[in-house]
Amino acid sequence: MSFNGHGVWSIYRFEMARALRTLVQSLVTPVLTTSLYFVVFGSAIGGRMGEVEGVNYGAFIVPGLIMLSLFTESLFNASFGIYFPKFTGTIYELLSAPVSAFETVLGYVGAAVTKSVVLGLLILATASLFVPLHIQHPLVMIAFLLLTATTFSLFGFIIGVCANSFEQIQVIPMLVVTPLTFLGGAFYSIDMLPGVWKTIALFNPVVYLISGFRWSFYGTADVAVGISLTAISGCFLVCLAIIWWIFATGYRLKK
Amino acid sequence: MPSILTIRQLTKTYANGFVALKNIDLDIRKGEIVALLGPNGAGKTTLISAVCGIVTPSSGTITAGGFDTARAYRPARAMIGLVPQELATDAFESVWSTVSFSRGLFGRAPNPAHLEHVLRALSLWDKRKDRIMTLSGGMKRRVMIAKALAHEPSILFLDEPTAGVDVELRRDMWNLVRSLRESGVTIILTTHYIEEAEEMADRVGVIHKGELIVVDDKVALMKKLGRKRLALHLQEPLAAIPAALADWPLALKADGCELHYEFDINAEHTGVPTLLRQLSDLGIPFRDLNTSQSSLEEIFVNLVSDREKGSHL
Ligand SMILES: Nc1ncnc2c1ncn2[C@@H]1O[C@H](COP(=O)(O)OP(=O)(O)O)[C@@H](O)[C@H]1O
Ligand SMILES: [Mg+2]
Repeated sequence: MSFNGHGVWSIYRFEMARALRTLVQSLVTPVLTTSLYFVVFGSAIGGRMGEVEGVNYGAFIVPGLIMLSLFTESLFNASFGIYFPKFTGTIYELLSAPVSAFETVLGYVGAAVTKSVVLGLLILATASLFVPLHIQHPLVMIAFLLLTATTFSLFGFIIGVCANSFEQIQVIPMLVVTPLTFLGGAFYSIDMLPGVWKTIALFNPVVYLISGFRWSFYGTADVAVGISLTAISGCFLVCLAIIWWIFATGYRLKK
Repeated sequence: MPSILTIRQLTKTYANGFVALKNIDLDIRKGEIVALLGPNGAGKTTLISAVCGIVTPSSGTITAGGFDTARAYRPARAMIGLVPQELATDAFESVWSTVSFSRGLFGRAPNPAHLEHVLRALSLWDKRKDRIMTLSGGMKRRVMIAKALAHEPSILFLDEPTAGVDVELRRDMWNLVRSLRESGVTIILTTHYIEEAEEMADRVGVIHKGELIVVDDKVALMKKLGRKRLALHLQEPLAAIPAALADWPLALKADGCELHYEFDINAEHTGVPTLLRQLSDLGIPFRDLNTSQSSLEEIFVNLVSDREKGSHL
């Protein structure tokens, strides 16, 4: 046995079953929340905003809103998925099973990515009900969707492994990701920022994600799409390396 | 008998510097039932956890079925099933889905017939569609056993399987253990109930403060370490032990009607003939006498207290 496919499938199915049990929490809530954003920012305020970079404001914020949901859901799903067995003690089974680190990550992160991508597409579909949408580069769009979901799910997995309480799992999305997203150009173009803030914004990795993702919709970007792709790929590799280190050292999973 | 599990020089030092296992050497033979005894904190759970991959050993090697549990962990773990000491189950899963999960996790293709067999053997079949959180504590423990058996392991670890479970489950569990042994499964269990070890196990190991102080055939262990008790049923009850016998380790029981004498059956002089002669010299007649072997519990207490005395020297 060089690859435990049954093991990966078991973990994946277990995680997906959990999502189905909590369908309202995992899909309906985020879709409803994002719809509210469209109503408030897109229609109510956006009506007076005119266009940003030649795009209707309601449509302009769609990529950023999808990214925001992708970040938080990926982080939450993956961190919860691995933290919960630690919390209840059922992790003993995973640790004693003939499952490699790679297979464990594949199962948990694979399920988290699936959920996030489904959610992202659902929000996209919801958005199309409110604003005129046009996707110029669908393949790039899908690539960003997958890479972002995977990277943040890996990041979530790391948080779940390191977390010692449910608060810690909630704190990072709340304290780090949401501010970075709001400051990362989800609702505006970086070009609209005054001088020095524009430079500071470029240190925010989320800027590259939203910019690249928006480019795949409208062909306009704050930074070149190549740089965006490189940035997200870099983040992806960093998360992979951290996870590799976690398993190589048995950090926080084994005693 | 070939060894199915080999532990060599296993040492575990926890992150806080506590040495939980010291140079453990242990060979488990295929198809036997081994009971590990030891007071709380002795290191039994740590030993099992090290074999199963839950605790990383500090040094030493473990092989299961010839596979190193660190380097060839896949085939090694695939043959091991574990029922841990602590109750831990997925509250929201159904019984059926949790045992299916376990089987898949251990790399086995689905086999509903086997799972049905396991669930029936544990009286869980009627509950297979129930969510685990709706089950009683005893039922949850059955679920954990079912999970451990789902992938048809050839080595089964039961960590304190009967601690705090009801009589019915204990009986079912031992029936299951017997039938598993008949089908060739090797079973290693820890227990606080020495009668259980005595009744079930082929061999008994005693762990104390991280050291395996003895492993032996149960019968041989009782012979080797056993003490016997001579009980004399007196014709007339005694109010106290006569001063002339003060040097003897004697005890008066049953309101002075029985005189008990503990002796080591391995000692060169058991003292029995001398004691009987002295009693007749003192004019203390007895109606009857019998001897009984000490139980594992007594053996165990003696072993541990000998150790403690030894460590104070
Ligand atoms: N994670 C840990 N860190 C430090 N010490 C531990 C840890 N786990 C167990 N111990 C200590 O190791 C000793 C052996 O524990 P354990 O193997 O659970 O004993 P037993 O199962 O025989 O009761 C105990 O003194 C316990 O306090
Ligand atoms: Mg224990």
